[in-house]
Amino acid sequence: MAVEARFRPGERVRVMKAYPLGHVRTPYYVRGASGVIERVCGAFPNPEELAQMRSGLPAQPLYRVRFAQSEVWPDYRGARADTIDVEIFQHWLDKA
Amino acid sequence: MIERGHHDMGGLPAGRVERTEHDYADWERRVDALMMLLSGVKGARKLLTVDELRKNIEALGPEAYDAMSYYERWVSSITQSMIQRGVITTEELARKMVEVERRGG
Amino acid sequence: MSDLGKYAPLTYFQLMEVSLRELLVEKGVVTDAEVDAVAADMKSRGPERGAKVVARAWTDAAYKARLLADGTAACEELGLDVPALRLVVVENTPEVHNVIVCTLCSCYPRMLLGLPPDWYKSRAYRSRVVREPRAVLAEFGTALPEEVAIRVHDSTADMRYLVLPMRPAGTEGWSEQRLARLVTRDSMIGVAPAQAA
Repeated sequence: MAVEARFRPGERVRVMKAYPLGHVRTPYYVRGASGVIERVCGAFPNPEELAQMRSGLPAQPLYRVRFAQSEVWPDYRGARADTIDVEIFQHWLDKA
Repeated sequence: MIERGHHDMGGLPAGRVERTEHDYADWERRVDALMMLLSGVKGARKLLTVDELRKNIEALGPEAYDAMSYYERWVSSITQSMIQRGVITTEELARKMVEVERRGG
Repeated sequence: MSDLGKYAPLTYFQLMEVSLRELLVEKGVVTDAEVDAVAADMKSRGPERGAKVVARAWTDAAYKARLLADGTAACEELGLDVPALRLVVVENTPEVHNVIVCTLCSCYPRMLLGLPPDWYKSRAYRSRVVREPRAVLAEFGTALPEEVAIRVHDSTADMRYLVLPMRPAGTEGWSEQRLARLVTRDSMIGVAPAQAA
């Protein structure tokens, strides 16, 4: 039993710009950034709920999202082609 | 201040990477083993999840987080989880710690 | 329990470890034998399993394709014991160099590489490698030209990562065992290349 995957590889998504309390696995530095789905990793129990001793079910789709470093860091000084891939759960993502 | 967890450090300024490595002490390896056993990586128990462990580490607060070593954070968080889950009680832990200290380990 | 002599005082946390473990043993949750066995197993794990996977990928193109498609299945194919591992293998090429981090804690493919080094878990590495990977790699002695894109992987959820470093030049015809000896832990984290010398 899993929530259906809404996004496909190649789609552009944006990370919710939210700063909730609790245990979160979406790092602060990507909140609000837009990137491209690199792959669908599968569906996994929600870590935010597992942390609170709940089941985390139904399993949530997890994606690897590829961000241009220049998109994430306004002062990035590496190569333009440099990227950062981050695993993000579906409920943190909107279509960009 | 609490909108960003102290553990959520990607991108924050920091100094040079000190390429230190230490040989893990036996007690550290036992903490690591306990985590694998309690979380079901080894064996069939599922008495805590890695996210509970992480949540408890994240709840330590900046000073404690920075002052404690990696496995010190782990052992306190695993212990917190066991108390939260009702596997042990605070009183049991207190009595045991006094007993162990009295006998010198 | 070699480090717990009667005459050495325990730190608060060492006291906690002993106490927690004894309580759990008394309650039948774990046994001392199990704890010692799991600890010994992890102690015995260095980077050899990861190196074996890399060396196989270097010598067998079809295996490499399977490895890149499904890292866990490819490890199991070699008979490796990798419980709970969901592995993504990322390949270094002349155009792309990969490096792994877990900014939020210290996730690491421990079943393939053993326990991580202190520096991987340090504030400095976790904070800086996502933001200035080239500078951090330079601190490891790894200088990459601008034409090589750096791809950082932040291990934030259920997947774990292994870098497949480039096979060093001048190793044509080497056996898998000989090749595996060139594959260092640091090359599989991505802070260094694998080298023939």
